[in-house]
Amino acid sequence: MTTTIESPRAPRTVRRGGVNWEKWGWIYMRVSGVVLVVLIFGHLFVNLMLGDGVKALDFAFVGGKLSNPFWQIWDTLLLWLALIHGANGMRTITNDYAHNRLVGVVLKGAILAATVVLLILGTLVIYTFDPCPAGSPADLLASFCTAG
Amino acid sequence: MASDVLEKKGPRAHDAVPTFTVTMIVRRFDPEVDEEPRWVDYDLEMHGTDRVLDALHKIKWEIDGSLAFRRSCAHGVCGSDAMRINGRNRLACKTLLKDLDVSQPIYVEALKGLPLEKDLIVDMEPFFDSFRDVQPFLMASSKPKDGKERLQSPEERARFDDTTKCILCAACTSSCPVFWTDGQYFGPAAIVNAHRFIFDSRDEGAQVRMDILNDKEGVWRCRTTFNCTDACPRGIQVTQAIAEVKQAIMRGKP
Repeated sequence: MTTTIESPRAPRTVRRGGVNWEKWGWIYMRVSGVVLVVLIFGHLFVNLMLGDGVKALDFAFVGGKLSNPFWQIWDTLLLWLALIHGANGMRTITNDYAHNRLVGVVLKGAILAATVVLLILGTLVIYTFDPCPAGSPADLLASFCTAG
Repeated sequence: MASDVLEKKGPRAHDAVPTFTVTMIVRRFDPEVDEEPRWVDYDLEMHGTDRVLDALHKIKWEIDGSLAFRRSCAHGVCGSDAMRINGRNRLACKTLLKDLDVSQPIYVEALKGLPLEKDLIVDMEPFFDSFRDVQPFLMASSKPKDGKERLQSPEERARFDDTTKCILCAACTSSCPVFWTDGQYFGPAAIVNAHRFIFDSRDEGAQVRMDILNDKEGVWRCRTTFNCTDACPRGIQVTQAIAEVKQAIMRGKP
């Protein structure tokens, strides 16, 4: 004998419409994590191991890197992906442990504010950085400052 | 004469099993007396073939009859006696004393993350609630062909074989740090049992279950810490099952 039940008796919960932020947050963490592995280790390798290694790090080195569009885009990606990745991690921890609604809202608001401020400041620095400030001793600056 | 021969032929079975003294430290809690749970020591003379469950029986039957714990089949099938042994969730009936370090005391306490009722007994209702929420039953609206049974190939059956092994002991869910935080998360066991039906070719309710788990408290709260896989007494690859459900939700179909 076979019995067919038309529809389950348990109530069916259907997701409300709109963007599923938890899903996209999870996907973002996975994708940005993979990209960050390349960006961070590339950053560390170029800064600390290539050429003279860590001894080469000075104002001129940083000035030279930030005048190169390749490194500008690299650093921008690094800044945005890493900061949002970290902020989203802090948000999930807050969701886990801040049982009080008000505390949760305040903490998440603070995380959001800090992230936005740091993203704006960081991006501003990357694209408005002056590698050859006037009146600085030439031996502290990148080679192209005196050449031109 | 005859008895001499018998004695020479074979020593009695239990002589061969070495005995040793083991200290069990059990986290006791009597809600009618205690404000807080307290650790109580018991020194027991046990055999090498004994399990943690046998030690608990010895305490209950010979030392203190008020010790409360759940056990039914005592052979790793019913899933009643999951508890925290030396800080890890295990079944007391599947953990041999000799596999633990018996030179040190053995700590036994109730599962974490579920309300403690008495001694080693926790309230399992929150656990079963999230199990119910994933609708763990076959949903099929169509009549089977020829009015007999719903056929399935061995490959289709193998797709979800691992997750059919679940005995609902709660060892995985109560080892999950995300479940400990606020108890809102479905927990590994519920997702394992959803997996068992989502990937069943005879079932038609995959979309319903995926909608349920594609929730704020659903699969996305899993942090892939693998505590559940380590805890499972049936060896289910729990974290992998959760990852497969995540992928199915992203694809929109099993």
